[in-house]
Order: sequence, then structure tokens, then C-alpha cells
Amino acid sequence: MFGLELLRGLAVTARNLIGSYFSGDRMVTVQYPEAARPTPENFRNFPFLVYDERPEELRCVACKICEKECPPQCIYIEQRRDEKGRPIKQPEVFDIDLAVCMSCAICVEVCPFDAIKMDHQFDHPTDNRFSGLLADKWKLARSNQYYHSIRPAEAAEVDARLAAEAAKKAKPAK
Amino acid sequence: MLDLGGANAADGEILDAPLYGPRSYRVFGDDALAKHFLEISMGPHHPSTHGVFRMDVVLDGETVVRLKPVFGYLHRNHEKLAETMSWLAAIPYTDRLDYFCSMTNNWAYVLAVEKLAGIAVPERAEYIRVIVGELTRLVNHICLAGFLLADLGALGTPLLYAFREREKILDIFEEISGARMMCNYMRFGGVRVDLSPEALQKIHRIAERFPFFLDEFEALVSRNEILLSRCQGVGVLPRHLAVNAGVTGPMLRASGVDYDLRKVDRYGIYDRFEFRVPLGEHGDVYDRYMVRILEMRESVAILRQALAQIPEKGEIMNPQAKLRNLRPKPGEIYSRIESPKGELGFYLISDGGPCPYRYRVRPPSFINLTVLEDMCLGQKIADVIVIFGSVDIVLGEVDR
Repeated sequence: MFGLELLRGLAVTARNLIGSYFSGDRMVTVQYPEAARPTPENFRNFPFLVYDERPEELRCVACKICEKECPPQCIYIEQRRDEKGRPIKQPEVFDIDLAVCMSCAICVEVCPFDAIKMDHQFDHPTDNRFSGLLADKWKLARSNQYYHSIRPAEAAEVDARLAAEAAKKAKPAK
Repeated sequence: MLDLGGANAADGEILDAPLYGPRSYRVFGDDALAKHFLEISMGPHHPSTHGVFRMDVVLDGETVVRLKPVFGYLHRNHEKLAETMSWLAAIPYTDRLDYFCSMTNNWAYVLAVEKLAGIAVPERAEYIRVIVGELTRLVNHICLAGFLLADLGALGTPLLYAFREREKILDIFEEISGARMMCNYMRFGGVRVDLSPEALQKIHRIAERFPFFLDEFEALVSRNEILLSRCQGVGVLPRHLAVNAGVTGPMLRASGVDYDLRKVDRYGIYDRFEFRVPLGEHGDVYDRYMVRILEMRESVAILRQALAQIPEKGEIMNPQAKLRNLRPKPGEIYSRIESPKGELGFYLISDGGPCPYRYRVRPPSFINLTVLEDMCLGQKIADVIVIFGSVDIVLGEVDR
């Protein structure tokens, strides 16, 4: 009979309409921004720089590996130098152009010092699309506690690894 | 070339007239209009063109007599860009080829480099690749069905049901890779992050629930009278033309050619799974729709087997594989996989340097699109949208 399948389709629609009030499988959205979906630990958005004690002492040693490997080339690093021009293992300038960054996390993977990690914060509203989206190292610096708060499992693993490396380094000196 | 009647000859006369000096103009009356074809430009911002794509269509009344696809609006220089950067840095760019199936794009590229550099992949990583690859196929095919129905005029409902299910799979992708669509998940010699038991549990649930959703989706539309009359016999792609044009994927199988690279090449570990290849008989829009629906059921079967066979623990990265400073020996490779849209191939040449010497993508969407005119000729203008929707393209991959 013509139209029977139309009615069958409408029955499916009705089942979904009513089901959306009862079943989480049929209603997967939430009313953002009043409610937000929980962010998984692995979620990545833009990078940040980790410091242990003070924001002036970043873990970053300005080795420029991330600058070299970054696919869209959005990282710019200058090494700090003392009065005599000798290099110090700290970045003088560490800029990330957030307008160019594509959140691929390759900088995180290649960093040998666990100094750069991916943030969970995804909203960066600004009224200046040039300087407002250029993050310098003060804007990028986050404490290790913050890293622990967003990625507890990964941060604990990193801390254990860094502690083991420090112990290994300390041994031959004795 | 098609004979466009008197239209061209009349245009030619005007062009041959001298540029300077007094001109004479001819004015067409109603009788002349009846003989003339109408050339319209569909796109590039037409909502049904799935991106920025333009079709130059010549119409006789409502019937298509010529169709010229115009594209390149989304060209991003992907291939040349990849030749300027390291082998690793091209992986996130492959995500952006066919942005619905970033996992399979990653897989095609890393498989090519692994063959070129001779990198082995651990067992568990192979299973994870199959699992995320088949999940990607589910995402792509169910969205295609939704988009096709939206093109047919079923605005919203089937597409949103499809997106609801896609959301559950994208949540898993987000959990394991950190991003919903730009996954950037696979690496030379394995995958980046292991599947946690919770993620595996969620995939189990998808494999369990998805067939029920498919049943519901089919009850909603598959035998709907409007769908049947709009899709059956429309946009027929004959078997010989499909083979000669190099069409691959569900489009080729809908024309009745049994050619699935998962069966033909058995790349990865696909030789360990039992699955069937659905084939169409008529090669029309409805066959292309149904082949994809049936393929999703086979994907679920592969998922179930992979979940049952996956080793409990194990390496996910080959410890010998280098992340940085990869320099494969000089040589060339063409490697292909069955992406949800067809044969996705990468042709790479290495000169032993830090970046590829030549990097070429064989995009299934682009090559499947070449038969668009042949399918549309003689059809009504309203059917062009449906035929175009059934090709299943993503402009990111067509234009690269």
C-alpha cells in the first residue's frame, strides 16, 4: 500500500521523540554553556609551557626541537644569553601564534624535557586578531599543579620519569 | 562535445564582428528562447555541493545536456607542502584531506612510509588500527546516508539521527586521540595512545548497539516510497564505465564489481577477519545508498571479531621506530588502503633526506567525481544534487 512506509518512518520519529526524554542514547546533547560535556584527559587544544616552582624558571631549555618540528611553524624561540653572550638554558622569547597552531601535539611528542604540554582550555576570545592571538611565554606558562589538575594520570607518569632521571644523574656524581 | 544547436553559431557571429565602429544587435523573441539552452552555475556556495564546488550545468528545459565540474577552491597545496617538511610533520596534514575519516588517512600515509622504511608494527597496534578504521567507516557511511537524504529533501531528521550516532564514535576518538576529527593518531610503527579498557568497553557498546540503530534508520527511510522513486534508476553508472574511469570504493561495488582492497590487498591484518563484500546490481543512487548501509553491517562484524581477538596487553609502538629524524633509504612506494570512500593511495619517493622527495595522494573522492557528467546527462536538474550526493566526496580531499 502506498504510504505505508511513510507511516512506518513516522513511527520511528515518534519513538525517537519520546525516547529522547528517557534514554541517554537518544539524547546526547547538553545545553551549552549552562552545561558542558566533561573533557577527556587526552583532549588537546593549544600548548602551554610547564614550570615547577616559579614562572620565570620554565622547564624549557630553548633547544628549539619543537620549533623545528612544528608542522605549521607557529613557534618562535630565542635563547637567553648572559652579559657576556654565553647561552643560558632558558628561552628569552617563546611565542606561539595561536591563529596558526593546528593543535596536532607534535611539539609535545618531540619535547625531550616534558616542558610543553597541551591545554584543555579551548576558548580564547579576543578583540584583536593579531596580538590577541599571539601568546608569549608569560601567557603560556602554567604550573605543574595546573598540569596535574587537567591530566592527573599523564602528569604523575611524567613526574615519576623526571624523578628517576634526576636520581640517575645524581648517582654518578657521588 | 555536445552539439548545442544554434546557440554557439549565433554567439560566434557576434564575436567575429569588428570591435570598433557601429554595432548591430539582434534581439531574440520568444520563439528563439525556446530553442536555446540555459546555462546555470550551481555553486560554489550552493548548500548541496558539500563544500565549495561548482557545477556549470547546461539545461534543456529541466534536462541536463552538459555538466562541467569546477573545483580547486579549497586547494591548500597539500602535496608540495608535505615535501617541505619532515616525514612526521605530514601526518597532521593528512587529517585534513578527508576530514570525515582522519583515521584512515593517517593509516594510508603511515602504511606507505612503513613499507618504504621497513618498519614493523606490533600486533596490538594492528588491531587498534583495524578497530579505529572500521569505526571511521561507520562514521563516514552513516553521515553520507544522512547527507544524501538531506539532499533529497529529508532535511534534518535522518541526518541528525546519523550525527547522533557519529557523536558517540567521535567521543571515543576524542578520548583516545585528543581530538574529535583531526585525530593525528597513527605513527610510523604503531599508534600514539593505547586503548584504555574503558574505551574498549565503549567500542564494545558501539558494536552491540549500532546494528539496532541501523535497523531503525532503515525502517525510517530505506523503503520509503519517496526515496525509492527519487533514487531508483537515477544516475546509473554502468559497470564498464566505472572500471574504465578508475572509480573505486562503494561506488564501484554498487555497479556490481567485486573489488575491495581489504580483500584484494589484505593490508594490515585484514586476512584474519571474516566479512562479506556487498555488491549492487544496477549501479543507481539507491544501490550506492544500500551498499553503504550493508557495508556498515559488515564493519560491525569486523569490529566484533577484532574486539574478540585483540591481545590484552602489548606494545603499541615498535621500539625501534624513530619519531624524529626519519630518513628512509632512497626508493619509491605506492601503497593503498580501502578508505571509506575508495582506494586512498600514497605515492612517495625518498631520496634519503629528512623530507619526502615526492609526495602524491591518490584521492578517491576526486577520481570518483570524474564520472559525474556521465551519470547526470539526460537526468533532471533536481536529480543532479542527488547523484552528486551519492558520489560521497569531501572537498578537502578533491582539492587537496
